[in-house]
Amino acid sequence: MSTQRDRKENLAALPLVAPFVLVYAALFVYPSLEMLVTSFTDGALTKSGDWVGLENYAKLFRDRYFGAALRNTLYFVALTVVPGAMFGLLLALVVNNLKGYWQAIALSVFFVPFILPVSTVTAIANLLTDTANGPLGGLVTSPNGTVIPVWRSATWFMPAVAVLTIWWTVGLNVLLFLAGLRTIPRDIYEAAGLDGAGRWAAFRYLTWPLLRPITILVLTIQLISQIRVFDQIYLMASQGPGRSATVLVQYIYSVAFQRNQAGYASAVAVALFALGVGVVVLQFQLLRLRRTR
Amino acid sequence: MNATWIKRLDLAGMAILIASLVLVVIWAFPIFWALLSTATPAETAGGFFRTYANVLFTTDLGRWYLNSIVTSGGVTIIVIAISSACGYAISQIEFTGRRLLWLLILGSFMIPVQALIVNHFFLVYQWGLLNTWLGVILPQLIAPIAAIVYKQFFDAIPREFGEAAFIDGAKHWQIFLKIYLPMNWGVTLALAIIVFIGAWNAFLWPFLAVTKPELMNVTVSIAEIRSYGVSGLAAAMMAGLPVAVIYLLFQRRITDAITMSVGITSDK
Repeated sequence: MSTQRDRKENLAALPLVAPFVLVYAALFVYPSLEMLVTSFTDGALTKSGDWVGLENYAKLFRDRYFGAALRNTLYFVALTVVPGAMFGLLLALVVNNLKGYWQAIALSVFFVPFILPVSTVTAIANLLTDTANGPLGGLVTSPNGTVIPVWRSATWFMPAVAVLTIWWTVGLNVLLFLAGLRTIPRDIYEAAGLDGAGRWAAFRYLTWPLLRPITILVLTIQLISQIRVFDQIYLMASQGPGRSATVLVQYIYSVAFQRNQAGYASAVAVALFALGVGVVVLQFQLLRLRRTR
Repeated sequence: MNATWIKRLDLAGMAILIASLVLVVIWAFPIFWALLSTATPAETAGGFFRTYANVLFTTDLGRWYLNSIVTSGGVTIIVIAISSACGYAISQIEFTGRRLLWLLILGSFMIPVQALIVNHFFLVYQWGLLNTWLGVILPQLIAPIAAIVYKQFFDAIPREFGEAAFIDGAKHWQIFLKIYLPMNWGVTLALAIIVFIGAWNAFLWPFLAVTKPELMNVTVSIAEIRSYGVSGLAAAMMAGLPVAVIYLLFQRRITDAITMSVGITSDK
């Protein structure tokens, strides 16, 4: 009888699920498997190649540009994930502390950059950091006082992109922390206030521990989105630091589209995929650890 | 409580307020400066509106806007249509493979889809869809956020709503279309806005799929056809204008949908 019920349910679900499944099968599952298969071949961008076994993967370990792209991606992650979350929390506390109309204005100010397209954001960044006329153009100087153009400097490029990225995307973190702050009942603070707890103590012993799940969520979302960084780095790097600033997605792009080696590019993509899966597994482990404690 | 304690509290409160103001000013400064720079042009005669009118009428901006509107609109409509139905089914029907599908959706949310650009390109090339609107749309249909939010929203609706209709002999697709979907046009609107903004802002795929300038989305063309100076800046501001306006009109819906998409339920 249960199988009959199952069949009925399956038939009812079919028309509702079919379009979605079709789209996902054709544009997510199939390309993912295709990526795996291509990574074992020497295929070109628009032409399938011959089977080369594990050669592409062996090449990954020898390729110092891949190594550099991996290091740059991790460097960018280090520069943006935790600092971005910290700024998100700080600005959320700012918004939460304000009253009425001011609260809405502050939230808008912090959130608006997040919804702008990357080309608008990079155009603004170029304007501000223009070494001749930009208000932030003279911010970075060498010890003898000459101005360093940050987007052409191998040392300053990544930190500058990180600042740009945090300014641009912090609004999401602010929003999530703010939602978290609003789930904390007011009377907890009132109770603490009666005991004479100061602002810092209230934050340290009430807000911070209560925000822990949100903090983990924000860090996860940041990690997931920063390992796939491409747009702003590609656009800002066109001015100059060259290969020293390449990140993983950019390396996939350049191997596939500029060198026309889809097979090897797929192997790089599999590495990025694996990194993404690693992040997800790590997050689940962290969450499980929290639950068992 | 004595007077010095109150005084100290006020000072701390004051310092926090001033620090808050400084942070707000810092965050607002870049956009403010950019707008100001387009308002005081050195190269073109005339004011603020003249600069923008120039950009609009002397470049292909209109054409690029059209490409962005068509492709982002297409992505939005298809994503909402397939995700709402799928979200309903996962939430309300016990079909085989339901858990697997849900895991697939969550997986596609977490795994970097940018890794698939090479294979998406090959696929779209094989279908002969490079340099077409449809080619720009297709890979962007992997937007799991909509299905996730719909599933969570439908989960929260009391079972009785559907069950009453069931007794009257209604089918699942009818219950979905006539009861569940109309029940929350607000969620649909919010999701549509989020998906639209995401597609409008998408850079990597539209940049790869289109090489002809007349078929480029506005975000890509602005970055590709790099013109510096006031008009270049004005064009870049124009690329962001539609999404900024949409945000200002629908602030609350957008922020609610985003917090909902990551599973934070607010009490309000």
